[in-house]
Amino acid sequence: MSLLTIESLTKAYPGVIANRDVSLEIRVGEIHALLGENGAGKSTLVKAIYGLVKPDSGKMFLNGSSFAPPDPRAARAAGVAMVFQHFSLFDALTVAENISLGLENPPPQSEVAASVRRVSEQYGLPLDPDRTVGDLSAGERQRVEIIRCLLQDPKLLIMDEPTSVLTPQEVGILFETLRKLRSEGTSILYISHKLEEIRALCDVATVLRLGQVVGTCDPRLTSARDMAELMVGSALHVPQKTDKPLGQVTLSVKGLTAPAPHQFGTPLKNISFDVQVGEVLGIGGVAGNGQDELVAALSGEMKVAPHMVTLFGKPIGNLNPNARRALGLCAAPEERNGHAAAPDMSLIENALLTGATRKHLTHRGFLQWDKARDFAEAIITAFDVRAPSATSAARSLSGGNLQKFVIGREIMQAPDVLVINQPTWGVDASAAASIRQAILNLATEGAAVIVISQDLDELMEISDKFAALNDGRLSQLRPAAGLTIEDIGLMLGGAHDMEVAHVDA
Amino acid sequence: MDLSAINPILLLASLMVAATPILLAAIGELVVERAGVLNLGVEGMMITGAICGFAVAVGTGSPWLGFMGAALGGALLSLLFGVLTQYLLSNQVATGLALTLFGLGLSALMGQGYIGIKAPAFPDIHIPLLGDIPVIGPIVFQHDPLVYVGLLLTGGVWWFLHKTRGGLILRAVGENHDAAHALGYKVIKVRMLAIAFGGACAGLGGAYLSLVRVPQWTEGMTAGAGWIALAIVVFAGWKPWRLLLGAYLFGGVTVLQLNLQAAGLAIPVEYLSMSPYLATIVVLVIMSAGRAPGSLGRIFHASR
Repeated sequence: MSLLTIESLTKAYPGVIANRDVSLEIRVGEIHALLGENGAGKSTLVKAIYGLVKPDSGKMFLNGSSFAPPDPRAARAAGVAMVFQHFSLFDALTVAENISLGLENPPPQSEVAASVRRVSEQYGLPLDPDRTVGDLSAGERQRVEIIRCLLQDPKLLIMDEPTSVLTPQEVGILFETLRKLRSEGTSILYISHKLEEIRALCDVATVLRLGQVVGTCDPRLTSARDMAELMVGSALHVPQKTDKPLGQVTLSVKGLTAPAPHQFGTPLKNISFDVQVGEVLGIGGVAGNGQDELVAALSGEMKVAPHMVTLFGKPIGNLNPNARRALGLCAAPEERNGHAAAPDMSLIENALLTGATRKHLTHRGFLQWDKARDFAEAIITAFDVRAPSATSAARSLSGGNLQKFVIGREIMQAPDVLVINQPTWGVDASAAASIRQAILNLATEGAAVIVISQDLDELMEISDKFAALNDGRLSQLRPAAGLTIEDIGLMLGGAHDMEVAHVDA
Repeated sequence: MDLSAINPILLLASLMVAATPILLAAIGELVVERAGVLNLGVEGMMITGAICGFAVAVGTGSPWLGFMGAALGGALLSLLFGVLTQYLLSNQVATGLALTLFGLGLSALMGQGYIGIKAPAFPDIHIPLLGDIPVIGPIVFQHDPLVYVGLLLTGGVWWFLHKTRGGLILRAVGENHDAAHALGYKVIKVRMLAIAFGGACAGLGGAYLSLVRVPQWTEGMTAGAGWIALAIVVFAGWKPWRLLLGAYLFGGVTVLQLNLQAAGLAIPVEYLSMSPYLATIVVLVIMSAGRAPGSLGRIFHASR
């Protein structure tokens, strides 16, 4: 039986058609995957169902009757609930207040708190209604959103990239909850680009590309590679790792301990590791466990005691980023707009900002614009950055292209050690593949690379050794080959006090 | 120097009166900022309220109608800020500063014919029984009605923000406007209402100066009270009861230093004059400020 039917929905924004003639059917009690690259139109489609976007044309039917919610309240009233990708929570408010804000005709706060306790017990999602949301972990924050949805007794639950911030164990428990909901007759529209998860969970998958439906498949019977190629529209390039001998130790970190740099930061606790020439070290972990602080300590944004970080035996812990660049250590931080690149400055200026030291782009305090332009254009050519010209503002590039530029900028400086945080965050599959290949090539040419990422598949693909960051501590380094997802989950610190749903339905 | 000239009961009694204009303006601005809007035009709205209230009161002979006119004038001016910042997405800091300058100029223009005129009397009310208590009576229960309006507003704002659904929505809008929008709340509507409330309160605060404290019209008579109100909101950590404390502290030290000046204390007048500002800031900083609303001062645009 069909719950939601969408017929030839079209939505255009100035300059881009986000959805063209999209048709889709979600049946009662089914987990339906919506697959697609960034910009494929998944978000627009979902926003239309949730009443945040008005489609230009096309029809939607819910339970056989016409459905065109003018705003999210109407959608919620009709039984549609949504868990957002970037959590739509209010940090300064309590769990109960946050949940109450998402309900139509909410009961008094005390009753909200009681229902939160009841539902969290029923679905194995422990949550204290009186805590302030700003103090919760990513997994707990997601539980707030899920419970908020469940209290509305939804017929259709939309989940937008729900697992991107969870550990593997938390993912497993989330899946148990979702399967349980399915068995109770709730339909779920599950948006993701993690193909293995979709194969494990979903009954049907609809693939979008450039705003159009390009195929529907049964993910349990289709290989991840086939689905990826349907998504990308061409054969997918898989990065090739070449075997190479590892050389001398380049960067050595010993007993790195540092207080949290700000109120919501994580202190680093006695971190020690070595990286060798030709090696890619992958550091995994859920966001907020010290990744940003570790990158800052390695890049020189946060100064530590000199002997805690040594480069070729030379203590550099107290040097600033430019001094470290001069010695051969470059870094690419996570946030492209505002940290790795200045959004309103041109690509030439951005190339200058980190490249000046190693590429000698200044002379006696004056800028060498010609050389800077050559450097920027060399990056654009070598890394296939799609930009109108080197004078374009960094902000005007798409996420994937800007990421290729900021990573290319560091690689082109031929560093001996490169530290990268989240190399492919929010980057589409083909750009991600080329970035990973570039990282592997740099290591083959004799650099040591430290990649910090939340994407475990990515780390397994490119790392020689793997370690996990948990609450500011780094686990033992282990060879990446042969690690199972369970091993990694344990290294990441387990399931953060989640338990499996324990109601028999 | 003759400290015995200072009557402690009168001193404490005038504390509440001295604090009221700042309290009124600050409680309005607190609501505006909790909704995520930074309106730096408090001074301009106060002075506009001062002249609107004065003009209406003189015209009708009723101070109460004057206060209503002041609230209306302040609210209208604040809506100009609201349209510019919420619909035309102008920068809140620059627009707020412009609003102050505009308000000062506008009020000077409107006040041309009112210089030297006396405002109709606004008598104190003597609350029966309570007002007769020795010492406490004259200090707390023998003031003009607006003093109590200020207290009721403070309590009402606290109750609204923390006990009602409307207050929860307002805090949510100020904390994360994108999330509030995604849940289907009307961010701009909530903010426009908050801005109008803030303008009305600032107008009341200004009219309290021109109708009760002074009571006549002079150009630029707010003399920085709006800026103090803004500072108190921040130092009080966006919490209504702390804001009340800050305003009374400021009022108290102001009254005290005026009395000390009159008593001829051997400290240069300039130091005495700066003491209320220093004392207020020091105390509220020591009490450690709260956290600013997450979306404070950020431009909201529904498509992003």
